[in-house]
Order: sequence, then structure tokens, then C-alpha cells
Amino acid sequence: MFTPHTQIETEEMLKKIGVKSLSDLFTDIPKQFRFPKLDLPAGITEMEANAELHEYAAANESTDELISFLGAGAYHHYIPAAVDAIISRGEFATAYTPYQPEVSQGTLQAIFEFQSLIANLTGMEVSNASHYDGATATAEAGVMAYHHYRGKRLKMLLSESVHPQYRETLCTYLCGYENVETKTVSHEGQPFTTPEDMIPYIGADTALVVVQYPDFFGRVFDLSALAAKTHEQGALLAVVANPTALGILKTPGEMGADIVVGEGQPLGIPLSYGGPYLGFFATKKEFVRKIAGRLVGETVDAEGRRGYVLTLTAREQHIRREKASSNICTNQGLMALAATVYMSLVGKTGLRQVSGLCFHKAHYAAEQIKKIKGFTVETGGHPFFHEFVVKCPIPVEELNSMLLDQGIIGGYDLSIDYPMLKNHMLVAVTEMNSRQNIDDLVDALSEVQNA
Amino acid sequence: MPEPTIYELSSDGRTGVLFPEPDVPLAEFPRDLLREDLPFPELAEVDVIRHFTKLSTFNYSIDKGLYPLGSCTMKYNPKINELTARLPGFAGTHPLQPSVTVQGNLALMFNLQEFLKEISGFDAVTLQPAAGAQGEFTGVSIIRAYHHSRNDTKRTRIIIPDSAHGTNPATSSMNDFETVGVKSDARGNVDLDDLRSLCDETTAGLMLTNPNTLGLFDEHVLEVVKIVHEAGGLVYGDGANLNALLGIVRPGDLGFDIMHFNLHKTFSTPHGGGGPGSGPVGVTQALADFLPSPIVAIVEEGTEEEAPLYGLVKPARSIGRVKSFYGQFGMLVRAFTYIRMHGPDGLRKVSEYAVLNANYLMKEVKKSYRLPYDRTCMHEFVVEGVWPELPDIHALDVAKRLMDYDYHPPTNYFPLIVHEALMIEPTETESMQTLDQFAETLARIAEEAHTRPELLHGAPHNAPVGRLDEVKAAKDLVLCCWIPESEDKLL
Repeated sequence: MFTPHTQIETEEMLKKIGVKSLSDLFTDIPKQFRFPKLDLPAGITEMEANAELHEYAAANESTDELISFLGAGAYHHYIPAAVDAIISRGEFATAYTPYQPEVSQGTLQAIFEFQSLIANLTGMEVSNASHYDGATATAEAGVMAYHHYRGKRLKMLLSESVHPQYRETLCTYLCGYENVETKTVSHEGQPFTTPEDMIPYIGADTALVVVQYPDFFGRVFDLSALAAKTHEQGALLAVVANPTALGILKTPGEMGADIVVGEGQPLGIPLSYGGPYLGFFATKKEFVRKIAGRLVGETVDAEGRRGYVLTLTAREQHIRREKASSNICTNQGLMALAATVYMSLVGKTGLRQVSGLCFHKAHYAAEQIKKIKGFTVETGGHPFFHEFVVKCPIPVEELNSMLLDQGIIGGYDLSIDYPMLKNHMLVAVTEMNSRQNIDDLVDALSEVQNA
Repeated sequence: MPEPTIYELSSDGRTGVLFPEPDVPLAEFPRDLLREDLPFPELAEVDVIRHFTKLSTFNYSIDKGLYPLGSCTMKYNPKINELTARLPGFAGTHPLQPSVTVQGNLALMFNLQEFLKEISGFDAVTLQPAAGAQGEFTGVSIIRAYHHSRNDTKRTRIIIPDSAHGTNPATSSMNDFETVGVKSDARGNVDLDDLRSLCDETTAGLMLTNPNTLGLFDEHVLEVVKIVHEAGGLVYGDGANLNALLGIVRPGDLGFDIMHFNLHKTFSTPHGGGGPGSGPVGVTQALADFLPSPIVAIVEEGTEEEAPLYGLVKPARSIGRVKSFYGQFGMLVRAFTYIRMHGPDGLRKVSEYAVLNANYLMKEVKKSYRLPYDRTCMHEFVVEGVWPELPDIHALDVAKRLMDYDYHPPTNYFPLIVHEALMIEPTETESMQTLDQFAETLARIAEEAHTRPELLHGAPHNAPVGRLDEVKAAKDLVLCCWIPESEDKLL
């Protein structure tokens, strides 16, 4: 299979080493624990493994077959064929971190282009080479703010309309830092926090303010005033942004964000049950030495030819060890490449088109759902992008199981994260949902009252 | 010829992909919330494909040849894994679908948890951590949570050997622990006397890579574990080198309390030019309740006809989430495929051949390079890329010269305890002939170092670019490119 050794070669190699058998190579291992019998199923051939894995996959229902209105941090978008054609190339997929730049220029230039595209998309000056996902990129924003203020500002203000899993991840990351306080801000006892709700809580002890754009409930707010108030208090503003929305929406950079992070999955990466995804992290140039993770910079070789290297490595764990800005080493290289190819392919026109399609279709869906008796669309009168909250007449879990019978994966049950939002569903619409799909959803929802 | 950037290739009005016109009435955009311009490049699909294909030719990769990057385990990545991970039934599942609709995913994850438990000797496993470094973070967070749960807050120090990966001390700091270094002895083991002197009631734990970064299995591992346990600390196993131990020994049996796995090393998932990795964590029963949430469990036992019902559950005293959703699922599918194909016998062969290859290569290489720790090694070994009579030649020169012979260099300048280190890990997927050729090349470079040193100093001569000016990169700090006419934006 994957080891080329023949019996004769193995013996020749053992002879050269000067031992009799393979087991003689393991005498340093405590004898009583050496060569345990592993209780695992016996190995199978590629053909059998292929069949077995098909069976596992067939035991799922997927967006490949069903109509889906599920978002909440992972979105069903069209992935052009060229994306997988490039990331499947062994030259990219089976290379490692570009520690030896002379034989890694392909990976390095691609990351450099990724950094450029992300900086342009978010309206920021610099981007790093990626994080594991949107949640950890958000957590790293908290870590960066902590280090920026050298532990002198210890309060992290989180809007409750930031993805619940991102907030939880940030708390997990920061609970290792002594005395850091994370405060979640709500809106009149509800989680529909607006930027104005954040302002009264920002003070001289605030390190970081975190909001989402569009927020977890799909709503879009101008963040300029929040940015100004945050800066007045000397704190930093981190914005968790959806990259598809940034095809048409004003950039967080333009509104004054100090850090823009987010989930890059919508940029050509399959849903794949939650991973591998792609965290992006962009900021202002003044913070570049405080960023975690890899950064690629342009330089020249001995003959003056342009080339790329990992740079500012003095921030990183393999140089600074316990003083490093983070322990991150591997990032999401191949996923960053997928996003780079996607952004290059769709370009200026295509991303705006995808963004517009999501916007229009979501608004059509909201208009139609609004008309169904017993259902209300709860945007609080605020603009929204491609997701919106629907208050349903019955629990969402029940509703979703009825929808599933009709081949529809319904929206996200908000009561899972927000117990007070009983019967509230978060509906996402993308370019993958045709008008017919939306009408089918509306028909199915209309039947609920009759059922 | 250098390849222009994607921005330099842009032509106004091109697009690589079109989307359908809207089939719904147009809604009104919130005018004051729109961006004015999207400064993205504009290219046709063929431009994009040729650009990235050209870039790909500048890379060295496992598919091209031997990649003896010590500590990184650049073994061959089976192609079937790529196929299984991309099956639409996996790739098309949304992470928030009701669990009844993703029983295939959950069953696979549950079985992978079980496989990893059996391979490592631990009692519980989480698949959530995104990479080895995040696995370490998870493990050390669990150490802290464990001591705090016993109101034992004096334990503020983590002991880490001087041979350890840089991630270990960085992880320790992320959890607000103080890092204390423990020395290695003359045979490359943890120095027992030094360890004894460091262990006390402030010891939260020890982070130990075994086999260590010298490629050596600690000859006193049971004693090391005992010393730490007697002081009340926990032993964290850095599983970076688990690829040498499959079916050979189980870290759980040796007394380790926690360990992370690197699926991208041990279980052959591709490194992707630097990720995605995957770093599941195994723990003993006493620590199972602290694992990140959620993990996969059987929520309703099966019968003879019916499969069990799998679901996601939160461990009772979980440290919380370390990322969104459940892990690098696509990587889990690949690793699962690999383990299923190998079975227990195949996995043992993987480690046996990895160790065979390393010892075989070491025997040859030590003829022309100094081997500071001359013992039977495990999956890798470390030599010095320097000769006392040649003060101007460094490990870096040897590494760069290897590129001229079409090899990826070994890891250099790590571990720090070896002077001018060259850390060589051939992996089990290389043949005797490939190892012979590589050894010959290293011998030839050693000879060149003595007879034609300029060949090493100027290397590489045949790579896409020559040695790059890293000082300039850090000083000028050009981190982004733009569409050429907006040069003024250049940072």
C-alpha cells in the first residue's frame, strides 16, 4: 500500500543497521508495554474503504440533495469547479509550511495574494495568513487586545448578537489570562444588541469591543459611531464580518474598525460539517507586530528578483517560545488558497453579484414569510443582509422535522443558544436558493397552521 | 521568471465566473451602508488557472519527492483520502443540521474517537482541536481546570524539556503558567536529577514529547512520569511523534494523563502548505469531564436491527469550546479512512518501517556528519550540519545546497540543544533506493563543503529563486499588493 518495502529489502536494511529483526529496534520501550495488541478492525483495501466510506456518507442527508435555509455561521454557496482543481494539486496540498522559501514560492505568493485580497475586502491595511476559523480568529482578537494593553485594560465587551460559539471560544482562550473580564451586552433583556447598546459600557478599563457585521441575526448597522466612542475611551473595536456581505456593504475598515475577523468558509469552502474552515484576521498596520500567526512579506533574492518569505517571525512560538504572541503554527493554508482562488475567480463583478443575489433572495423570502399567518419576521426595523429571524407559532425543532419530511432543512433553532427565544428561527438564504425553493418553504410553513 | 501577482494580471471587465440573474424582485439596498468600490482583480478562469498552476510549479511537495523535514512527518498522503473527504454526503452537510440527519458523520466521528482511544491507551477523546498547537492549548487548559477543580491553585508552573517544540512553552504561557526548563542528559533523555529538583507543590505538569525531538525514546520514561505524579503534577504527552509508536507502545499505558494527536502527521492527512491540521486530544478517565464541548456519544443504544443513535454531548465540567463546531471534519474523514485501511497490523508496520528507515539512513549519514546522540533512534535523528575544520559552513548552507539536488531540506536549527542541527525524518513511505540516493547526496554535499564551499554558500542555484533577503522583508514590510494603478496605496 503506502510502504514500498519488500521482504528482501527489509532484511537488507536490518542487516546494514546491525539488528536481526524489526522488533530489535524497540528495546528502549519498557518491555511490559511493548507491542500491545490493538483492538481495531482489521485493515481493508482501498476498494473496500471506498465502499465503506460511501456508506457512512449515504447515512447523512445533505444540502447536496435537500433545500437548505440553514446558516448561522456556515453558508451554502456555489463553489466554482476551478477552486477544487487548484487545491487538489499535490504541489499545494502535499507541501508544508514554507520554512524554506526558495522551494515554497508557490505557497508564499498565494498567501501574499490572500493577505492582499482580505485587506481589500475588509478595508484594512494588513491581514495575516489565516486562523483556524472565525471563532478562533475572534478569540485571537481578544488575545491581541490583551497584549496590546499589556494587561492594563482587562475588560472585553461582547455584543450578545455576536455568534454564540465565537463568544464561547473567546472566553475559553481568555480564561487563561488572569483577571480578564468578558462582559456580554444585551438589548433590554433580549439578545438583539445594537451598536448603541454597547456604548454605555465602554470605559477606561475596556480593552476590546466585539460586534458582528452583519450580526448573528443578519442585521446590518453602521458602526462608525461605535468606533468613534470606542476610540474616545482608548479601546479597540473588533468586527466579526461576513465576507460575502462585504461584496456590497461598507467595509468595517471605512467605519473605523481596528480589527476585522471572520469566517472565510463562504469563499469557496464546502460546508463539510463544520470544517476545515478558514479564519481571517485583518488589522491596521500599527498593530502588525502584535498579530498572531504567519505573515508573508515581499522581498528580493540575491539577484534582485522578487520573492516572498515568512516575515516578522520573531513574534512566533518557534523563535520566542514562552514569550510568543500565540502558540499557533499551522494555519489553514490550503483553505486560504481555496479562498484566494475563489476571490480571484469571482473578482470584483462576481462577488458583488453573489452578494446581491443573497440580499435580494433573502428579502423576497422575508416578504413571503411575513405574509404567512402565525409567522412574523423580527428585524426590529433594521436593514438585514441574507439572514433574518422568524418567530414561529410552534417550537422550531418541531417545525424543522415537519420541513424535513418535505425535503427542506429549515433554519437554525435560536432557542438552543438563547433559551428566551423560544419558537425563533434564523433563516439564511443564498444564491443556491431558487425562487421555487423559497416558495416551497413558504408553502410548507403555511401548512403548519393547518396541520 | 517570477510570476506576476493576481492583481498585476487583472484586466478591467473580465470575470472568471458568472452567476444567474436574480429570479426574485429586487429589494432596495440600504444606500448609506454600501461600499463604493471593491478593489478586487478581474480575470478570466483561464488566467486564474494558469496563474495558480504556475505558482504550484514553484513548490516542493511530497508528491514530487522525499521531504525529510524532521518533526513534521512528511509522509505520503494517500489519494483515496481526498476522494472520501469530498463525498457529497460529507462535504454537503451543514454543521447545525439536526443530528438525526447526520448520523453518518456522527458514527464516523464516534468510531474515530474509539480508534484513537485504542491506539493511544486513553479513556476519552475530543476531536475538536483544529491543529496540534490547539490540541496543546486544550490539554494545558485541562491541566489548569483539573487543579482548580481541586482548589489546588498553587500549581503555577509547567516543566518543559529543553528539547521541546516552541509550541510547548508558548502554550504554557497562553494558560498563564510559568515555564520551567528541564535539562536533557548526555543520552538525550530527561535529566532525572534536574527533574526531581524542579518538581514540587507548584508543579502543574510536565509537557513531554516522546520520542523527543532528537528522535529518541526516553529510556526512563516510567520514572519521569512517576516523579511528576508523585509531586501532584500531570503529564502531558506531545503526540507530535506518535507516528513512531503505533502498535509499539501506548502513551496511556506509560502513565501519560493527556496527549494530542496530529492527524496530519501520524494519520497522513495532507499538510496543505501549512494547514489545515487536526489535533484531537486524549485523556484519562479522571480528566474526561473537562474535555471541550461537544463530543460525540451514543445517545440511544442500538439493537440487532437498528444502528445506535449518535449525538453531541457536553462533558460535565468542560473547559468550553476551543473553536466553532466539532473539529476539522474533512481531516477526520481522511484519518478515519487511513486507519480503516491499515488496521492494527498495518499501523504497526507504519511505525516499524518509519523507525527502520530512520535507522538505516542514520547509519549512512553519520559517516559524513557528526551524530551527537549515537543511539538507536526512533522515526528521526539529528546530525550537525557543520565541521570543525570549516568555520564558514553552516547547517543552512547544507540545507540550501540540497535544493540543487532536488530535495526538500531537513529541518534546521532545531532542536536547539544540537549545534547547527539538521533534523532528518524520512518517514515509512520512502523506499530503500530513495534513502540510498539521499544519503549519497548528503555525502556528496559534505565533500563539496570541503572541496568547493562556494557551491554551498551560493546555494540554491537551481531553485525558482535564490536566497531571499529576510531582513529586507521585515524592514520594508510589504504585506499586500494592489491593482497597479493604485500604487499610492502601497504600504
